[in-house]
Parts: sequence; C-alpha cells; structure tokens
Amino acid sequence: MKIQCNLNGTPTEFNCLPDRRVIDLLREDLGLTGSKEGCGTGECGACTILVDGLPKLACLMLAAQLEGTQVETVEALQQTEQGRTLMAAFSEEGAVQCGYCIPGMEMASLALLRQDEPLTREQIKEGLSGNLCRCTGYVKIVDAVERAARVKGEG
Amino acid sequence: MLLFPTMLTELFNLQEQQPEARIMAGGTDLLVALRHGPQDGRTIICLERIDELRRIDELEDGSVSIGATATFSSIARNTLLKERYPLLTQAAATVGGPAIRNMASIGGNIVTASPAADSLPALYLLDALLELRSAAGSRAVAIAEFILGPRRTMLQPGEIISRIILPPANGWSIQRFEKVGRRKSLAIAVASLAAALRLAADGSVAEARFAWGSVGPTVLRCAEAEQALIGKPLTEENLNAAALLAQRAVQPIDDIRASADYRRSVAGNLLLRLVA
Ligand SMILES: Cc1cc2nc3c(=O)[nH]c(=O)nc-3n(C[C@H](O)[C@H](O)[C@H](O)COP(=O)(O)OP(=O)(O)OC[C@H]3O[C@@H](n4cnc5c(N)ncnc54)[C@H](O)[C@@H]3O)c2cc1C
Ligand code: FES
Ligand code: FES
Repeated sequence: MKIQCNLNGTPTEFNCLPDRRVIDLLREDLGLTGSKEGCGTGECGACTILVDGLPKLACLMLAAQLEGTQVETVEALQQTEQGRTLMAAFSEEGAVQCGYCIPGMEMASLALLRQDEPLTREQIKEGLSGNLCRCTGYVKIVDAVERAARVKGEG
Repeated sequence: MLLFPTMLTELFNLQEQQPEARIMAGGTDLLVALRHGPQDGRTIICLERIDELRRIDELEDGSVSIGATATFSSIARNTLLKERYPLLTQAAATVGGPAIRNMASIGGNIVTASPAADSLPALYLLDALLELRSAAGSRAVAIAEFILGPRRTMLQPGEIISRIILPPANGWSIQRFEKVGRRKSLAIAVASLAAALRLAADGSVAEARFAWGSVGPTVLRCAEAEQALIGKPLTEENLNAAALLAQRAVQPIDDIRASADYRRSVAGNLLLRLVA
C-alpha cells in the first residue's frame, strides 16, 4: 500500500504493508534508526515520535495511521534552532549516558518546549513521565530541558 | 488489512462484510494484546478518522456527550469537563504518560474493562450512560450494567460504543480521583478511588459516593461506607470509620503489582486523602 505523509519536513511517499509497525517502518524501511525500540509495548517511551505535533509511540502505531500526517523523528532535531539547542542542552548538562532513551526523551521534550507557557520543573517531569531512563536518575535530563527552555526564553 | 472508515454508515457496512474484523481506536490495548498473541491476519477497522466519534459537546438538556474515541489528553484538557466533572479530568490525567494519553481513548478503556481501568470509577459515580450503535440501531446502557466482569462487557458483535453521556452533575461539592500505582506514571493502579460528595450548609456530608478501582473484579461501591458519613463532618475520624467499612467490602487479589493486604489497606487510606 502507498502511504503519503510529511516526514521531517519532506513530503514522503512509501510502499509498505498497512499494518507494519511504525517503528519498523522508520528503522528498517526508511533507515531512520534514531528512534529506538525498548519494550515494544508502550512502557518505555524510547520510540516516541511526534505525529501532528503530538508525542506518540511508534511501537504502538501502524504505518497506515501515518497517512496525511506530519511526522517528526529525532533526526529532524538538527534541522531547527530549537532542536539544536535541545540537543546541546542534553550534552552540556551531562544528561546522556548510554543514550538509549535519549531520542524519545528529546522528542517528548520538544513537544514541551513548543508550548506557549513557561515550563516549570514539575511540568517537565510530568511531560517526560512516559519515558524511562535506566542510567541517569532523570535529574540531569530535567536540568537539560530546563536549560533549553531558558535559552528559548532568552532568544 | 487496515481500514479507515470516515462515517458510521461506512463502518457498519464494513463490519457486515467482514464480521471477523477487529475494531481499533488508539490501539494501546489492542496492539499490545496482538503482539503477545498469534498473528491471524484478521482485518483491523480503525475508528480514528470518524470525526463524530471524537467530539465532546454539551447537549440541550445539560448533559455532556463524550465521543468514544476522544483521547485521554483531549478529555484532560477539555474545559467543559474540567468545570463540570473534574473527577473525570483528574482520572484522565493519570492514565499512562503523555504519549499514551495522546493515543488511548475512553471507549477503548471501557471496552477493555480491566479492573484497573482508570476511567471506570469516575464513570460509575457520574452515572454515565453508554450509547451503543450498530447497523441495527442504537441503545443506551448504564455503565454499571455494561461491564459484566473483568474484561467482559455486554458489547454485541457488530456493535460499537459511539459516545458516553454524562448527566448534569448534581451539585457535588467535592469530586476527587486518587490513585496509587507502583510508580508515578504509566503505572497501572494498585488501587484507585473516585469520590463525589455533597456537603450541607453546615459542612456535614449530605451525600457521598465512592467507587474503587483495582481492588475487586470490577469497580467496587460500598454503600456502608457512603452511609456512614451522612450527616457528619468530613473529619479524619469519620473517614477512618468509613475506611474500615470499605476495607471489609473490597475483594482485592494478589498479583505481581501488589498483595491483597496492601491493596486493602491502600483502598481505605485513599479515603483519608479527602482531608489531607
Ligand atoms: C504503557 C501503557 C500504560 C497504560 N496505563 C494505563 C493507565 O494508567 N490507566 C488505564 O486505565 N489504562 C492504561 N493503559 C491501558 C490502555 O491505554 C487504556 O485501556 C486505553 O484507554 C485503551 O484505549 P485504546 O483507544 O488504545 O483502545 P484499543 O486498544 O484501540 O482498543 C481496546 C479494545 O476496545 C475495543 N474498542 C475500542 N474502542 C471501541 C469502541 N468505540 N467501540 C467498541 N469497541 C471498541 C477494541 O476492539 C479493543 O478490543 C495503559 C496501556 C499501556 C500500553
Ligand atoms: S518501545 Fe515503544 S514504548 Fe517502549
Ligand atoms: S541514558 Fe541510558 S537509558 Fe537513559
């Protein structure tokens, strides 16, 4: 089946089985290996992508659901100022250890940064509550998002 | 095969042609279940592009109608619901994490009928009616009748939940949802409590309704605990007395998430949060 969507800013058309999991479509068919599969059952958030701006889980979505949508994966971060600021903040705060959870964390964070109101630490924690990290204990990750939000406020 | 009807009539036609097809809303229960089960190639009919199933609006008689595919994030954000039924707003905001809430629908939560389903205690207390639709027509069923047991409902083949109707909220002074999970988010409830109370002018309890989740095969009500508070002020002492009655009424089980004893004690303690 032919599926059309906007993928990381580029109109894209691909052929695949309609019930192919989006995580497999991205990683195996399209070579976008930034999104990770941790649990495959919605528990860990490593596969978080944005669909029409909303964080969703690529392990619990089927390819045909993407028809007509705007899809953003971690690969899109380097295309925008906001994305680059976010990635820089993660590395400057030392928020990355093994890195497995980071693509999902960053996509969930990106959705938070796009909100209009200033972000509180509590909102950041809540916004990342579906993303598990086995390494960092979360504090530095929250610091990183706070830092990116600060930069946004100054910019 | 994956199908995306955009109108109800189209959906019912598809269901008639392919009676074995599965229905999918957000897929957060269905796709997890399919991953664990054998691949059988049955068609999946997705409800997500049927606009009328997603709307949240006020009806002429003051009831509020919630489309079955409304996601928990759209429910948690909705200002009409926040104003009238904060109990449901609070419950919606505790489901999973943000990404799950952007996908998971209230209709899917009801049909899965898990003992831990977070929307159910609130829907029981608010006397929610379900509108069920099929090619043959529509019928309305009270939530407590619809749920037959753990993971069992009276949904018939070819039928869907089209919307959930909440009758006008009758002047509750307090509406609260409290949940204890193993971790703060994503956590399936170890025990949860929905509470709605009407207080008299002197602060004493005129009406109390409680419903617990995760401490029995389905949502549990406890008339004794509700009665025990009538005419009394909402104090720790009075709530403690009600909590003891509730602990006797609940029927928790041991599982990997918690022991029955722990669940029983949490079920009582959740009541005390009303004065915390
Ligand atoms: C990581 C994770 C965390 C979770 N945390 C929670 C939690 O904290 N609290 C909680 O309550 N649940 C939780 N859940 C369970 C799940 O997300 C909810 O039950 C959700 O509401 C299901 O809705 P859905 O739209 O995804 O349903 P689907 O998976 O699409 O459907 C579920 C079932 O309902 C049927 N169905 C769906 N909609 C209709 C309809 N309108 N008419 C008829 N049949 C229908 C489907 O055929 C299927 O059998 C969690 C799940 C995951 C994966
Ligand atoms: S891989 Fe999707 S949530 Fe874990
Ligand atoms: S850095 Fe290793 S899981 Fe988060």
